[in-house]
Amino acid sequence: MNYDVIVIGGGPAGLSAAVQARVRNKSVLVVSAPAADLPLARAQRVDNYLGLPGLSGTELLARFDAHARELGVERRYGKALNAMPTEGGFFVAVESDVVEGRALILACGVGQGTPYPGELELLGAGVSYCATCDGMLYRGKNVVVVGRSSHAPEEANYLQGLGCHVTYAAPRRPEGLSPEIPFVKAGEVAILGDGAVTAVQAGGQLLPCEGVFLLRSAVSPGQLLPGLAFDGPYLQVNRDMATNLPGVFAAGDCTGLPLQVSKAVGEGLVAGLRAAEYLDRA
Amino acid sequence: MALYHFNADGLRKAVASGNLVMVDFWASWCGPCRMLAPTIEKLAGQYDGKVIVGKVNTDEESALAGSLGIMSIPTVIFFKDGREIDRKVGLMPAQAYTAVLDANL
Repeated sequence: MNYDVIVIGGGPAGLSAAVQARVRNKSVLVVSAPAADLPLARAQRVDNYLGLPGLSGTELLARFDAHARELGVERRYGKALNAMPTEGGFFVAVESDVVEGRALILACGVGQGTPYPGELELLGAGVSYCATCDGMLYRGKNVVVVGRSSHAPEEANYLQGLGCHVTYAAPRRPEGLSPEIPFVKAGEVAILGDGAVTAVQAGGQLLPCEGVFLLRSAVSPGQLLPGLAFDGPYLQVNRDMATNLPGVFAAGDCTGLPLQVSKAVGEGLVAGLRAAEYLDRA
Repeated sequence: MALYHFNADGLRKAVASGNLVMVDFWASWCGPCRMLAPTIEKLAGQYDGKVIVGKVNTDEESALAGSLGIMSIPTVIFFKDGREIDRKVGLMPAQAYTAVLDANL
């Protein structure tokens, strides 16, 4: 599937960018977690969004989604795992599928948080972000799923179905988790191992395992697309919301403070327009 | 251009030849693996006659993947003189692989 613009992130920045690119007659796909997983969905009431005070985050997201769909923006709910430049565009892996776009807009927020101790050191050596990709490699082995998204219980059940011995670590036991899967109440976790994962420390327990699946609702931009320049924890962008990589724009929380809807929508507008212009020049 | 699809025996023979070998471990349900495939095909053409380039389907060859300690795919392993000299885990740009190849030709 080929699109003019692929937007990664379905919050206000991503949908604003998508709307602007559609207005410029570009085909647009938005790849994101379901609305319920977005940080804005947790806002009880947003009072500083100009002209529309008093709506909940969920109501705002529903309006943004309706607006984008009405203009013909396509949506795909899933986790974008990797993006890669190709000749004339980008591949984006959405779990086991691959989509293609000519320009990329990153609006993936900052909800990913800081990496857990041991996460980056042991990435690819037992730490995985993708149950569908790597699950088969852990058949018959102990794995810990660190559930941080609404899809995580489903993915844990999938791993258990493959024959992995799953333990699920999260602040509370989620609905939909198979009753056969032991649950450990844990806010923070630490991943232990020298060269390969040997255990996860979660909720005061040491869980011996060979694999740990960190299932957040989004992959951080640095993991998603290598080579992006950062300014501290945020993506480096210019006034056109262009990153250091040609054809890659960014908007919203991932570019920096303040983490506000109005700022995200405004940046999304700039990113969407500039991405469309970039395509017109190409 | 030759791009080999190795089973355990095929890979053993290629490695035992002592030549520079680059092997991509993948599976069909892995999106990043599918994205890497065109790069591997291109490199097979670019290094034709100099490097043995191949792929291993971890679904069909799970014991082989296990014996090599593959814990995440895509993983690309480089062999020379009959032993592993490097491995790259995760999707990377072509330069990450050509750097290893060029340094070991």
